[in-house]
Amino acid sequence: MDMFKDKKFRNDLILGAAVIIAAAGIWLGFELLKEDGAFAVVTVDSVVTEKYPLDTDAEIRLESENGGYNILVIKDGKADITEASCPDHVCVDQRSISKTGEAITCLPNKTVITIEGPQEAEVDLVS
Amino acid sequence: MLGLCIALAMIMSYIEVLVPLSFAVPGIKMGLANIVIIFVLYKIGTKEAILVSLIRVILVSLLFSNVMAMAYSIAGAVLSLGVMWILKKTDKFSVIGVSVAGGIMHNVGQIIMAVILLGTKQIALYLPVLLITGTATGIVIGIVSGIVINRFKKIRLD
Repeated sequence: MDMFKDKKFRNDLILGAAVIIAAAGIWLGFELLKEDGAFAVVTVDSVVTEKYPLDTDAEIRLESENGGYNILVIKDGKADITEASCPDHVCVDQRSISKTGEAITCLPNKTVITIEGPQEAEVDLVS
Repeated sequence: MLGLCIALAMIMSYIEVLVPLSFAVPGIKMGLANIVIIFVLYKIGTKEAILVSLIRVILVSLLFSNVMAMAYSIAGAVLSLGVMWILKKTDKFSVIGVSVAGGIMHNVGQIIMAVILLGTKQIALYLPVLLITGTATGIVIGIVSGIVINRFKKIRLD
């Protein structure tokens, strides 16, 4: 096709590259602007069970069904899972979280830890 | 002719409802209807493209989704068609470039509408993902549109 040879095609490439750079820029901007969270919210089986402030160090044993558990440690404003009853330990291997919107998930125990900001912003996802 | 194009654009939209792509990334679409819009824009005229685009959005929203979704679709369609028209007018981009711009601007318009209606900026976090997928689908749609327009090279429609 002749349309692939001319200068327009080069402009198309520049446009595409610009879009990808813009996407990367926006993503980076959001990464840098992430706010420090205030609460670690524990959700077990999609029910919010507890909220722990990140500014107080704590070690909490989170019980889940069938005798499963996760140990949640809050230290230096960060939340981390240090021990778990599940065999795969994916949640233990995950890095500690402190920014709003970050989460640690333990699928076997249906336990999710998410970080929330000082004022709760409920986001409705409409696609 | 325009009625035919509107019907075709609606069928394209219906195919997307039947075969959703959102299993990979929620909310993404191929933008098949844009083939028709680009075709009308190139082969018939700008006013006609606006007409086809708006009627399609209104009818598709009423048939397959709800009135809330119409606000998003109209925002996307207006921005998408506006930018495609400008890029086409500069005559510096091929159909593929125009299609990519249209695809991503459709996403951008919807995100802007969502920020306005929902009042949350967090939704814009989704923008980078949509920009990349919009570029990918825009390239495919642009190539197809280019082929269709080339086939109609010797046929005058206006």
